[in-house]
Amino acid sequence: MAKSLGPVKRKFAPWTEPGAVPFIRFENITKRYGDFTAVSNLNLDIYEREFFSLLGPSGCGKTTLMRMLAGFEEPTEGRILLQGKDISGVPPYRRPTNMMFQSYALFPHMTVEKNVAFGLEQDNLPKGEIQTRVEEMLRLVKLEEFAKRKPGQLSGGQRQRVALARSLAKRPKVLLLDEPLGALDRKLREETQFELMDIQHTLGLTFLIVTHDQEEAMTVSDRIAVMDKGVIVQVATPAEIYEAPNCRYVADFIGDINIMEGTVVSASAGRGEAGTVGIDCDGLPVAVEQQQCTAAAGDKVAFAIRPEKVRISLDQPVDTSVNAAYGEVWDIGYLGDFSVFLVKLPDDRIIRAAQANVSRLVDRPITFGDMVWLRWPHDAGLVLAR
Amino acid sequence: MAEVTASPHAGPARWLVVAVPYVWLLLFFVAPFLIILKISLSDTAIAMPPYTPVFEGFGAIGDFISQLDFENYAFLAEDPLYLRSYLSSLRIAAISTCLLLFIGYPIALAMARAPTSIRPTLVMMVILPFWTSFLIRVYAWIGILKPEGLLTLLLQAIGILGPTEQVQIFRTDTAVFIGIVYSYLPFMVLPLYAALEKMDATLLEAASDLGCPPWKAFWKITFPLSLPGVVAGAMICFIPITGEFVIPDLLGGAETLMIGKTLWTEFFGNRDWPLASAVAVLLLLVLVIPIMIFQNQQQKVR
Repeated sequence: MAKSLGPVKRKFAPWTEPGAVPFIRFENITKRYGDFTAVSNLNLDIYEREFFSLLGPSGCGKTTLMRMLAGFEEPTEGRILLQGKDISGVPPYRRPTNMMFQSYALFPHMTVEKNVAFGLEQDNLPKGEIQTRVEEMLRLVKLEEFAKRKPGQLSGGQRQRVALARSLAKRPKVLLLDEPLGALDRKLREETQFELMDIQHTLGLTFLIVTHDQEEAMTVSDRIAVMDKGVIVQVATPAEIYEAPNCRYVADFIGDINIMEGTVVSASAGRGEAGTVGIDCDGLPVAVEQQQCTAAAGDKVAFAIRPEKVRISLDQPVDTSVNAAYGEVWDIGYLGDFSVFLVKLPDDRIIRAAQANVSRLVDRPITFGDMVWLRWPHDAGLVLAR
Repeated sequence: MAEVTASPHAGPARWLVVAVPYVWLLLFFVAPFLIILKISLSDTAIAMPPYTPVFEGFGAIGDFISQLDFENYAFLAEDPLYLRSYLSSLRIAAISTCLLLFIGYPIALAMARAPTSIRPTLVMMVILPFWTSFLIRVYAWIGILKPEGLLTLLLQAIGILGPTEQVQIFRTDTAVFIGIVYSYLPFMVLPLYAALEKMDATLLEAASDLGCPPWKAFWKITFPLSLPGVVAGAMICFIPITGEFVIPDLLGGAETLMIGKTLWTEFFGNRDWPLASAVAVLLLLVLVIPIMIFQNQQQKVR
C-alpha cells in the first residue's frame, strides 16, 4: 500500500492515469546466467516522455535490465513490449532504442562529426540531411567547434557530450543511459544533470537511466525504481521514495536515516493524542500518525526518521513523554550547509540529527559533549513493516 | 615522442643508456653495411679475399678510392636476370603477404574473441612450431609435397587421386607459397591478435545499437581499428619474405626466381663477392621503401 502524502500538484504523471498505456512494459522478466539469477520475475511499466531511473547497488540487475531492452541480452523468461509490440528476438541494430554507454564507446578512429553521423548513415539518409542533423546535435551539446576532432583529443566532459549527441542523433523512441555521468567530477555532473533534463524535455523523448548514484536519480527522474538482487523493491517519484520508503532497504539506501526496532503498543501512546499509534523502541516511546501505520498492537516494526526531521536543542522541551530523547553529542559532521549531530543516548544507541546552518557562526552553540534534547513531531517519522 | 623532463638522473648516465643501442647498431649494422657497400664498388679477383682493392692503410687511400667504381651496379642494370629476380621476389612476397593476411586475420580474430581464460593457450599454440627448427619444418614439407609424399598418399587413400596419379606441387611456386605461408603465419597472427585483442568490445555494441549489422560493423569498426596490426604484420612478413632463400631453395623449382637465391648463387656459386654485394645493397634499398611507408603509417596512427 502506497502511503499518501496528501494532494500533490504534478504536471506529468501518466502512471496515475487509469487508462494510460505504458510505452515500455517488462512482463515477468527473468534473466539467468547459469546458476545466477540477475533479474527475477520482474514487471515494470514505463510511460512515454518519462525520465525513468533504475537505481540500485552494483550487481542488482539494473544494467542487465537495460541491456535486455537494448537487445544485447535476451530475457530467459518473460517478454518486453515496446508500444505494445513484443521485441524479443529483434537484434539491437533493428530496435528503436539508442544507448549512451558508460564508457561512452566512441569510435576512436572517427572524428566527432563522424561519430555523431554514424547512426544516421546506417539509415541511408541523404548526405545533406545527415549534415543538418549532425550540426543540430552538436549545437545541442555545445560542441560545434570540435566537430573535426577525434575522441582522443577531447576532455572527459566533452566525450560524454559526444556520446550523448551520438545516441540522440537518430531520435530514438527510448534513450538508454548507462551510468552516463559516472566519470565526471561533481560540478560538471550536476550541470549535466540539469542539461539532460532540459534536453529530454525539449526533445520529448523517453529516457531510461541506470545509476547507482541516488542524488542523480533524485535530481533527474520523474520516477525511480529501486532495485535489489534482481527485483524491484519500490517504484515511485523521488519525493515518495525519500519521504515514504516502503521498506527498510529503500529507506536505508536513499539518503540518511535513523532506524530503531520497536513494538507497536497501542493505537495511541504518550499523551494519548487521538489519531496516533504508539511504538515502544526499547524504552523510547514514539508516536506516529495513524495513517502511517497499519500494524496491530504487538507487531514488531521499525521506526525510521530522517536526521533533518529531528530537532536538536539544549533546552528541555515542554513534553518529554513521547518523541523525545536525551543524550550526549558524540560527534559532529560539519557539511557547510548542514551540520549532522550524532547523539548518544544513555543506552548507547545513536540518533543522527541534522540542522541547517542558517546563521553565519564559526562557533556553533552546540558542541562535543553537550547534553542535548532531541524531539520530533509525530508526522516526521514513519513505520516500516519489512 | 614523449618529452623527457629534467630529472635527478639527467646527465652522463642518461646519455649512456641512450648510447648503448646506437653503439650496437653502429657496430653490427652500419659497419657491416659499409663493408658490403665498399665490396660492391670493388672488382672481383682470384685472391683471398676474392676482390680488389683491399684497404691497406691510410697512406694509399687515394689510390684505394680511385679503384672503386659502379661497374657492378651497371652490370645489374644490363642483365635482365637481376631485375626479374627483384620483381619476382617482390611479387612472391606480395602474394604471400596477402595470403597470410587472409588466413591470419580470421585466426587472430577468433583468438581475440575467444574466452579470456583460453587465450594464453591459443597464443602458445601459435608459437608452438618455433620449438622445432625452421629448417626441419621446411624439410618436413618436402616429405609432404613430393610426388610420392604424404599428400599424394592421403589423396590416393581417400580416392581423389587414382593409384598412379601423383601431386605435382613439389618444386613449383605453389610449394614455395605453401612453405612461406606456413613458416610466416605466426608473424602475421601475433601482431593482428595484439591489435584485435585490445579493442573495446563495447564499440561493436555501440555500432549495433546505432543500427549497424555485425558484418558491416566489421568493416566500419573492427578492421580500421586493427590497421596498425595489419600494417605491422604485413611488414614483418613482407620484408623477410622478399629476401627469403631457404624456402625457395628447398621447395621451389628452377624457374622460381628469388633475389635471395640469386644472391646465394653469385656469392657461393660464382664467388663474385662484389656483384653479390651490389645485389644485397640494392635489396636493402628496395626494402627501405616499405619500411618508410610503415613508419609513416605508424606516425599517422599517433
